Amino acid sequence: MTTRTADGGTAAEPDLQRHFDGRVAADQRIEPRDWMPDGYRATLVRQIAQHAHSEIIGMQPEGDWLTRAPSLRRKAILLAKVQDEAGHGLYLYAAAETLGVDRADLTERLISGRQKYSSIFNYPTLTFADVGVIGWLVDGAAICNQVPLCRSSYGPYARAMVRICKEESFHQRQGYELLLRMMAGTPEQRAMVQDATDRWWWPSLMMFGPPDAESPNTQRSMAWRIKRDTNDTLRQRFVDMTVPQAEKLGVTLPDEQLRWNPERGHHDFGEPDWEEFRRVVSGHGPCNAERLRRRRAAHEKGAWVREAAAAYAARGARRPGEVPA
Amino acid sequence: MSESAARPEWPLFEVFVRGRRGLNHVHVGSLHAADPAMALHNARNLYTRRNEGVSIWVVRSDDITASSPDEKDPFFAPSGDKVYRHPTFYPIPDDVPHM
Ligand SMILES: [Fe+2]
Ligand SMILES: [Fe+2]
Repeated sequence: MTTRTADGGTAAEPDLQRHFDGRVAADQRIEPRDWMPDGYRATLVRQIAQHAHSEIIGMQPEGDWLTRAPSLRRKAILLAKVQDEAGHGLYLYAAAETLGVDRADLTERLISGRQKYSSIFNYPTLTFADVGVIGWLVDGAAICNQVPLCRSSYGPYARAMVRICKEESFHQRQGYELLLRMMAGTPEQRAMVQDATDRWWWPSLMMFGPPDAESPNTQRSMAWRIKRDTNDTLRQRFVDMTVPQAEKLGVTLPDEQLRWNPERGHHDFGEPDWEEFRRVVSGHGPCNAERLRRRRAAHEKGAWVREAAAAYAARGARRPGEVPA
Repeated sequence: MSESAARPEWPLFEVFVRGRRGLNHVHVGSLHAADPAMALHNARNLYTRRNEGVSIWVVRSDDITASSPDEKDPFFAPSGDKVYRHPTFYPIPDDVPHM
């Protein structure tokens, strides 16, 4: 591949590669119209699209409780949170599009099952305590994953992550506050919180991906600075952050091996069931089919709206500020 | 593929938000919309859910003309060697007041 240079000539790929490598090594940002290696572009597209799909599918488990929230206050909070997740998906699709992919193609790749999303969203939300635990653990793990990505080498991705991280803090806090309230309630409510914690703890640890030894692309992605920490480092960080929160809440994390290790200065903890992880990732979790079916239905049911709006726009009908009758 | 054929094209818009009075509009991202009115409406929902703005511009991405991003591009060269455009170029004795 060649490209035009200052003197109107062409630069060979080694020069461009050197330029790119220097930028990344200096912790500068790569912007959409910069030259970048094909592998960098393809890896970023896959990573950002998967992340966007996760935000979009992630609306479903909690969305199930929108009509059944126990108070108007909780309903308003949950609605705002789910709406934020839609926003996160859209920020990320916009970032992916700067790499030359088409948004509608990404949607098709999601609903046809060709691109994946986070395995965590394939578990069901059985009680309202799940809403609290998702905010606390799932959004908590997402924050752990996402804060370092605010320094991703790809500018549009980093900027989307900054925006997302600001909003995630509300997500985690509303969940934890919900759980504090329930823990101050009846024995049944406390049991619901413990039960939800038991079910979501291990899937939350899986959100950081397979162990480093089984994550062959980590080194390359770290060299490109589109991944800033290894899976195991992030998982450890999450466990260390969460243990004191669980104590304060008064719930037990379901891991008999979990204990403070003064020599390491970290908590030791057990191994997630990676067999289960692989099963869920490959489409055989409890809710995979349901999540995709719903996303596809929403897309197909919206087709007439997209067509009507496009037809209306084609007539040059509306000016900003004018509202449809 | 039939899905692609039936797919109505909603163009891409770039979104600029004025955070508060006294600031410039700043680029915050992009979105798809059928027309400018819809783009404005969706930009409000997407980029200003928490009082992030007092004014929004949307502009079709296709309508933006951009310089080349390459550092070696001669486009920005004219400003590189004109150090005399900066106030620090001019030595003034320390005891000259108000300068
Ligand atoms: Fe999110
Ligand atoms: Fe969230």
